[in-house]
This record gives sequence, structure tokens and C-alpha cells, in this order.
Amino acid sequence: MVQNRMLTSVSSAAGAEPPAFPMPRTCPFDPPAEYAALRIERPVTQVRLPTGQLAWLVTRYEDVRRLLTDPRVSSDREHPNLPLTEPVTPESRRRIAAVGRSLIGLDPPEHAPRRRMLVTEFTVRRIQALRPHIQQVVDGCIDELLAGPRPADLVAALSLPVPSMVICELLGVPYSDREFFERCSTAQLRRSIPAEERQRTTGELRAYLDRLVTAKEAAPGEDLLGRLIVHNRETPVFDHELLVGLAMLLLVAGHESTANMISLGVVGLLEHPEQLAQITADPAAVDMAVEELLRYFCIVDAQPRVAAADIEIGGVTIPAGDGLLIAFAAANRDEEAFPAASTMDLGRGARNHVAFGYGIHQCLGQNLAREELQIVFSTLFARVPGLRLAARVEELPFKKDSNVYGIDQLPVTW
Amino acid sequence: MRIVMDREYCVGSGQCVLSAPELFDQSEEDGRVLLRTARPEPAAIDRSRIAVDLCPSRALSLADD
Repeated sequence: MVQNRMLTSVSSAAGAEPPAFPMPRTCPFDPPAEYAALRIERPVTQVRLPTGQLAWLVTRYEDVRRLLTDPRVSSDREHPNLPLTEPVTPESRRRIAAVGRSLIGLDPPEHAPRRRMLVTEFTVRRIQALRPHIQQVVDGCIDELLAGPRPADLVAALSLPVPSMVICELLGVPYSDREFFERCSTAQLRRSIPAEERQRTTGELRAYLDRLVTAKEAAPGEDLLGRLIVHNRETPVFDHELLVGLAMLLLVAGHESTANMISLGVVGLLEHPEQLAQITADPAAVDMAVEELLRYFCIVDAQPRVAAADIEIGGVTIPAGDGLLIAFAAANRDEEAFPAASTMDLGRGARNHVAFGYGIHQCLGQNLAREELQIVFSTLFARVPGLRLAARVEELPFKKDSNVYGIDQLPVTW
Repeated sequence: MRIVMDREYCVGSGQCVLSAPELFDQSEEDGRVLLRTARPEPAAIDRSRIAVDLCPSRALSLADD
């Protein structure tokens, strides 16, 4: 379905109207088809955003990694030229900025102290210590799945509850509130939901987390937010507002993205039974398989940046102050970095994908996400060997309008 | 072959530890890289190259002495 696709040509006439971004996906497994031609013909090219803004889209793997480690590239979420994929009100711009100020919108030297205070919670050792607990959570979800009716929706039974339960416990957010925050965070990422509604749900989630952080400030518990509050009393790094922004970031990123990767990974594995057989036969092969699924599906299409100085790259000079869109999904399909990049090959053994980004803002929770995916895939197919889709792949509700790609429901049977 | 680290650049992503746990560790205090040994055994040289390539903040490099 994907390997023999012809390159979709892109117009290269000088002075032509830049192509619109985001670009549509035509195959549910592949990034927008235009990326393949852009990587070769115009690896750094201007695109037009729904806001009317122009930004430079960067599609080649080498250029993506170079820019993400270039100190002249800023993550400042408050810069007026930061590329936005949807029109925003001044109010939602303030919210984007507020979440950004807690971590992801910071440049050196402000970034490092915040990241270091947090990263102790996500070290390889700390995440490995969570393994038995995550295994329990996964087993519990599969017990319920097997005890329930067939067909079942795997998103509701497994993809969402596993990362939701894990991040709730880590952060100290009551899991009983999951329906509320899952609805809010899904809405935040959907371009097809009217801006006012998204703004309202974001506001609700913010108010909820504000109350939660206030309660924890009075009585910090044995959880990430509690430990940060205590640590902050000794070394003030996060004030109340920053903590709320951070809680929002970690809660949304912590369950939504992993949930989408679980669903897409299950579909990818069921669609390649010969490759699935390799990992069920050899549990040690699961770690590498997860890296390939991350590369292949790359659920975050692109991330915004701003050039803080003139930057020469990919045959063009990006003027200082212009917005950049760093296309992870395009870089992960670059043939120069990954031969036969459009083929899902679980034995590829490439960990150098940029599904988690690259540079100082590379995903804080990446090792947690990896571990959740490893445990889910190795457990699900061992315990439910007859698992199969209860709908055709083409009929699945893929999230074409979401800033984080995924599937809304995944009917399965066994 | 010697591993050179610049901890000022480290953001604690742990990719070095995942690539070569016999060479790298992370501080309990701030998650930053700790070197278990600066001179990898011949068998670990490939893994140290992978660790250098995967480091997202370019805190690691290899020197030829």
C-alpha cells in the first residue's frame, strides 16, 4: 500500500503561493505524501499556515537534527512569529505561552534548571523501577478486556487506561477524574473542534489543575507534583503558575501520545503478521520493534520554532525572526537516514529516529513511553494470541484533524 | 578512544544509559550523565558511538587519544 507510491510532485515555480500546512494524510499509515518530494526538491521551504502566517518547513533528517541542536533556534512560545496550526484568540495565546514558560518554551540558560529538577523523575533507573507496576496495570486492563464482550474497543480498554493510570499515579492526579481530563486533552489537540470549545475545555482543565496544585501545596504527597513542591521550597524554580502549566503539559503529553502509539502500534502489528510473529517468538525483540513503530508512525507531525538569527540551511537563508516547522514525521521517512524508510521493518534496529524530537527539548517522558509500549505489546499478543481487528483498516477513525495523530476507536475481537 | 562529556549541555534524556549501561549512568540529583569509564573496551566502542549519536543535546563526543 505504501512502498510503491509515486512521488507527489510539488510546484517549484518561483513566486508561487507556498503550499498550505498542515498537509493532508492520504494513507492512514504514512505522513503527508508531499513530504517525499519536498525532502528531495525543496528540503527547507515556505508554507502557509491556517493563521495566514508563513513558516519554513524542514523535512530532511540531517537538517531537522541540525536545527534542533542549533543555539540560534528558539523555542519561545511567546514570539509573535511562532508558527501556529490554527487561528488563536489572545486568550489562548496567553495559555500557550503559560504552558510554554514552564518548560517547553524556554531557551538556554533558563531551560536547564527546570529540566534538571524534573528529569530526576524520568531517569532510566526510575522508569525501570516502575516496570512491575506498569505490568500490573496492563495485566489488569487485559483481564477486564477478556472478561468483557466481543468485539471490544481497544482504545477504551487498553490504549487510554494504561498511560492514564500510570501518569495519574506518577503525577498524583486522581484517576477517578480521567473522563474529565481525557475529554479536555483530546479536545485541545483537535483542529476540527471549534476554537471556543477548545478554549473552554482548556480553561476547565487549567482550573482543575490549579485547584489540585493548590491542595498539594498545602499537603504535598508522595508523587511528582508533591516532590516538586517540596524541592521548590529549598530551590525555588517553579512558582504556582508554572507548576499548573507543567502539570497540564505532563498530564496531556503523558497519556494522549502513548495512547495513540499503542493503538497505531497494534494496528501496524496486526497488519504485518509475519513481523508480529517475530516478536511473539522472541520477547527480547520487542524493544527494537517499539523503536521502529515510533519511527514509522511518528504521531507528532511537526514542532514549531523561531529563528533567532539568520540561518543558512538546505540551500536557503532563513531570516532572523521567521518561524520554523521542524517536521519529525518527514525526517523519520528520510531514505538517507533510514533505507526503505516507508517500510515498517521491526528488525531495522534504528534507535536514531526523531519521534521524540531531538535537542534540549527531546521528550521528557520518552523512556516511560518506551517502557509502556514494550510492556503493552509483549503482554497483549501473548495473552490474546487470537487478537484481530473487527473492522477494516480503511474504516478505522484515524485522527486526521489532530495535532497528535492516532485512532479514536479500535474495534477488536479474538 | 576516550569518551568526553560536557555536563553543562546534558539534559538527562538517558539515551546514553539505554545505549551503553556499562559506560554511562545518571545522577540521582539532577539526572545528568555520569561516566562509569572514559575508556570503553573494544567491544563497547560501537555502543559508545551510538550513545554519542543519540545524545540529543550533544553533551558527548569521542576523542582519539
